[in-house]
Amino acid sequence: MKNIGRWLIPVIGGAAFIYLLVPIAYIFVFSFNDGGRANLQWQGFTLDNWLNPCGAPAVCESLVHSLQIGVVATVIATALGTGIAIGLVRYKFRFRKLTDVLIILPLATPEVVLGASLLAQFLNLGWELGYTTIVIAHVVFCMSFVIVTVRARVSSLDSRLEEAAADLYASPRAAFWKITFPLLLPGIVAAALLSFAMSFDDFIITNFNSGSFQTFPKFIYVSATRGIPPQANVIGSAMFIVALLVVIIGQVISYRRKKQLENA
Amino acid sequence: MSVELRSKDEIRAEKRKNRTGIYLISPGLLVLTLFFALPVVVLLAMSLYVKPPGAEIGEFVPGFELSNYATVLSAYWPELLRSFWFALIATVLALLIGFPMAYLVAVRLRERTLLQGILLVLLIAPFFSSFILRTQAWKQILADEGFIAQSLKFIAILPPDGHLTATPFAVVAGLTYNFLPFMVLPIYANLGRLDTRLLEASADLYASPITSFTKVTLPMSAPGIFAGTLLTFIPAAGDYVNSALLGNNRDTTMIGQVIDSRFFRVIDYPGASALSFILMISILILVTIYIRRFGTKELM
Amino acid sequence: MTTLAERTTSTVSAGADLHLSGISKRFASFSAVEDLELLVPSGTFFALLGPSGCGKSTTLRMIAGLEAPSEGSISIGGQDVTALPSHRRPVNTVFQSYALFPHMSVLENVAFGLKRKKDKQAMDKAKAGLELVELSHLANRKPAQLSGGQQQRVALARALVNRPQVLLLDEPLGALDMKLRRQMQLELKKIQTEVGLTFIHVTHDQEEAMTMADVVAVMNGGRIEQMGPPRELYELPRTAFVANFLGKSNLMRGTVTGESEGMLSVNVASHTILLPVSRAVQTSGEVVLGVRPEKITIDRVAVAGDNQLSGTVIDVSFTGTTTEYLVEVEQVGPIGTFSQNRGQQPAQEGDTVFLAWDAEHSFGLAGDESVNAGVES
Repeated sequence: MKNIGRWLIPVIGGAAFIYLLVPIAYIFVFSFNDGGRANLQWQGFTLDNWLNPCGAPAVCESLVHSLQIGVVATVIATALGTGIAIGLVRYKFRFRKLTDVLIILPLATPEVVLGASLLAQFLNLGWELGYTTIVIAHVVFCMSFVIVTVRARVSSLDSRLEEAAADLYASPRAAFWKITFPLLLPGIVAAALLSFAMSFDDFIITNFNSGSFQTFPKFIYVSATRGIPPQANVIGSAMFIVALLVVIIGQVISYRRKKQLENA
Repeated sequence: MSVELRSKDEIRAEKRKNRTGIYLISPGLLVLTLFFALPVVVLLAMSLYVKPPGAEIGEFVPGFELSNYATVLSAYWPELLRSFWFALIATVLALLIGFPMAYLVAVRLRERTLLQGILLVLLIAPFFSSFILRTQAWKQILADEGFIAQSLKFIAILPPDGHLTATPFAVVAGLTYNFLPFMVLPIYANLGRLDTRLLEASADLYASPITSFTKVTLPMSAPGIFAGTLLTFIPAAGDYVNSALLGNNRDTTMIGQVIDSRFFRVIDYPGASALSFILMISILILVTIYIRRFGTKELM
Repeated sequence: MTTLAERTTSTVSAGADLHLSGISKRFASFSAVEDLELLVPSGTFFALLGPSGCGKSTTLRMIAGLEAPSEGSISIGGQDVTALPSHRRPVNTVFQSYALFPHMSVLENVAFGLKRKKDKQAMDKAKAGLELVELSHLANRKPAQLSGGQQQRVALARALVNRPQVLLLDEPLGALDMKLRRQMQLELKKIQTEVGLTFIHVTHDQEEAMTMADVVAVMNGGRIEQMGPPRELYELPRTAFVANFLGKSNLMRGTVTGESEGMLSVNVASHTILLPVSRAVQTSGEVVLGVRPEKITIDRVAVAGDNQLSGTVIDVSFTGTTTEYLVEVEQVGPIGTFSQNRGQQPAQEGDTVFLAWDAEHSFGLAGDESVNAGVES
């Protein structure tokens, strides 16, 4: 039995990684397809798509929209969510249970319901669907993830460090900016990255609350039936490569730090 | 016991502290109230709207039409059940695939930092490449004229007129695929803290590898498994991108698709709202039962 | 270590008196400190000794300003600081967990307090502080890269460089192994003598308190049981708790039967034991009589001494320099003692032995005390 365990885990795990990466590889390969607008069949190799990613104008326009929304929604959700996370862990106040429910519930609500309820709200208010309503929707669903991520970090923060700061003449403000905030920063950055990824990639909630406003996922979904232009694959691959580089750099830094620690 | 006596300064300091807490929490709470809690109430209200006689399409007035629920339930219960069924299978599959992945990266490769790092990158990176693009890629990979379908037909696993896409298989595979990282990452986080000396201790105390696994590894990774299953099941149950792109026929329609089309194609706001509300409540009930049964405090 | 005076002659600030008056601290469900009265003179190395939960850490936190007293006032150098928040008090703490800032280098940690006080020479003073604890070569490391002993010294330097009027030490040696602990005890004592600050050292280790402090206060249940120089506390405990918590004691119940020439006669299970009046908390009626184990002579033949008991050896343990005995004295109970190993044949289990001690080594406690108070289990 022991031997089975030995090879079973690497085999299943390895196969799972291939499963995870096959579509990404496919997207990458087909970003070089000389397939014109449809890009369903392999027509031949070309670099045109990479050299001219805005060749299909709708691709770039929707991409810019998604990036804008991602950044704005992330900044707002991270700021508001971090406030709640710190407040919840560090301060006592009434309606705590209710607040907890209000934070957890969006996580337990499928996107289609979140999207539908916001749509009902916007219809009710008579707001025009577009950029603003998308940003609001993204802030709402990203915020819960930010709160959960940052709260874990706040909870694991040693409050004795803040006491030590106070003992060493740091005013509450100085203690926050010199000690608390720098120690929370990795958690906040992780939350912001997650938030951006989720906002950028969101389709369902956006679809409900965007009206005719085009985002990158929406553009791909709509064009899926008649074929997605290869430029979209270029964007998808480029995003993946950028993300890969960002994570690799992060890993290298933490790897170095670890090595440094071991050598010390 | 003795009553707590506090000085004025102390009370003032406490109040000041509490005020900081309120400043920190209020803005976010306001957003959640206005754009989450309130919309859910509006959704509930809208699900009870009535269509006045002779009204145009999309025209409804406030009312209390409970029969909206009966109508949509009797029409769409198969889609609702199918959504939960597909989500359940996808969650179980994701667990079966995801646990060995997490174990491989977190425990087996613990000593090999570089390889571990690379695999971790590959686990996180899909978050940053478009989910719909990847689903569409699957559709093309599994397409009738694609390499996989042709090979399966060649070795006669798939009948000559068989399909891979537009089947429940494709939809469940797509769901499993798309939510796999949500399963793996929490388990990884948990297994990353697993002290392998515990396994040695367990082996030392006469436990076979299987016993060690079921008695030590599994219980210790339970919070991760718990979080992972929730993070997979909930979005999978409400998803419609996979069923639309990889299925798109009567055998694969999920509830999300129905809600979407009742809102945007049929313009039946009350019906769509009622369905959304049913979906939300059913998931809440299922999740609550699940938490009661298996939940750990660590999650909340 | 080179002396601090060589480096910081100009900035040596003497400590200040610390005065706690009528301090109480009540939490929702229990009372941690009750009506505490304490005056620590400037420049004293003062130890607060007690078991965990006795209120010593709460007292320390109140002095530091991390906890507000429910009642009473705290003054340092004659100035009332009760209402001052922690960051405005001329007090620094060496925390039990060290609480070093993990994201800052060792040097930045040490300079932290000086920078908050806008000290222009913050960096220079921090470097000097690190030199004092002999860690200059590790200035750029992060705390996680240091050993426990090194972290402890950084924490000490971080507090010392600020030249606080009172330095608080919250079990700072608790996490160190025995050898390092002894070494740090000596260093701490030396530094205190050099800088002349008022040190308040909280500990549950009685040996540590006795070796380091000028004055020890034994705390129990939110109150100070007894306070004084270590020798005085040890030689003449006034409560059963102090007698048992600070070293070991043999306590036995008896009744005062008479008094002559400054000596009380105490009847302990039909034996007459002498006890100086000056060493008794109570001079009549039921009393608890005590004697330290090392004051007792043990032999297989009757030995000279004012007070005599005999019994049967029930336990013998050899510790190298001494042999410890537990002797069951009929109707009195087990009495512990030991003898130096000077080549004599040790008594065996079951042997009948004679015990004796001088009258001036007896001490008398109140009769209503429990003889087991403060016994560490």
